[in-house]
Amino acid sequence: MPVGAASWSFTEDDFGAITSALERFLTDCNARSALLVDRTGQLVATCGERPNFDPTAFATLTAADFSANDQLAKLIGENDFQSLFHQGEKESMYLADIARRVILVVLFDNRTTLGLVRLKMKPTVMELTALFEKVFSRASSGNTPNVLAGADDEIDKLFQ
Amino acid sequence: MSMINYASREINCKIVYYGPGLGGKTTNLEHVYGKVTPDTRGKLISLATETERTLFFDFLPIDLGTIRGFKTRFHLYTVPGQVYYNASRKLILKGVDGIVFVGDSQIERMEANQEAMQNLYDNMAEYGYDLTKMPFVIQYNKRDLPNASPIRDLQGSLNPGWEVTDPTRMRITPDPAHAGENLVEQLPTGEWIERAPYFEAVAVTGDGVFETLRAVSKLVLKSLA
Repeated sequence: MPVGAASWSFTEDDFGAITSALERFLTDCNARSALLVDRTGQLVATCGERPNFDPTAFATLTAADFSANDQLAKLIGENDFQSLFHQGEKESMYLADIARRVILVVLFDNRTTLGLVRLKMKPTVMELTALFEKVFSRASSGNTPNVLAGADDEIDKLFQ
Repeated sequence: MSMINYASREINCKIVYYGPGLGGKTTNLEHVYGKVTPDTRGKLISLATETERTLFFDFLPIDLGTIRGFKTRFHLYTVPGQVYYNASRKLILKGVDGIVFVGDSQIERMEANQEAMQNLYDNMAEYGYDLTKMPFVIQYNKRDLPNASPIRDLQGSLNPGWEVTDPTRMRITPDPAHAGENLVEQLPTGEWIERAPYFEAVAVTGDGVFETLRAVSKLVLKSLA
């Protein structure tokens, strides 16, 4: 049995590839901003207009929303819901699963339409899925640099 | 599941406060929120019912400092205490890096403590996590109440120790928080056992809250080192 959840990391190159995919997507569909959140509720990246809310809290609630909906899917005999849509009067959000580990959240208003967001999202989801699968396979193969290796003394100092 | 972000130079970890209903999990988070400086913490999010019982979770992000140029960000969660919210309890445990079990010291809550501890083991096992091998600390809360059980009874019931099977760990390890006590020791029967570190607390006044948080965060970072 594994000790617990494995840790994962992404490099600046990964980050560059992620943000350029998101930027292209936002330009194509004219959405306001996109956020990537991992399934445990941690914010991975934001792109586009700077959100005027607390992105950390937003990320946590997004993951909870997705997890709760996964359970609802199971109750009705589905494995999961690949995407979710929340419609507001002015602002709406569309959420999609990436590689079963990350959630892509798109915030958009009436400058675009749900149809266009969904249409342009499909290739972006595929691109990001391939990218994250690479990141996660690197993490599971243990082939990631360990930034805290040998940092015991520094950790002790932090808690003195 | 800790996440290391090399672009923003952050290490993100998740700690979950688990335990029976009305045991003080939310109070722990509220105390931390009230005491740390606003620039090192985010918003305290509470998904609670009208009677202030936690429905889904409470959430508080805090920064504990910098190691090797990386900001250490801890996401603190509580789970609902009531067993009938088990579905949401389980969801919160997804990707957890460290656990704090907040036990209620009152004699009449002993059964509720045991039930919550068993439920924690079961839920962790469902995710394939082994609680005995990951950062895990126990907090005995409400030590100020006249009906609080003796620590010896609480330890016997909730933290009796698990068998150590790894020969490299079979050496006496003193408990840094309690002089004269050991975290790893050999029983007269020859068997080696390990117990989770424990802390006494009165969460409403803040006693023991930061000691508990420091202990679990340190264990989490050491597990990454």
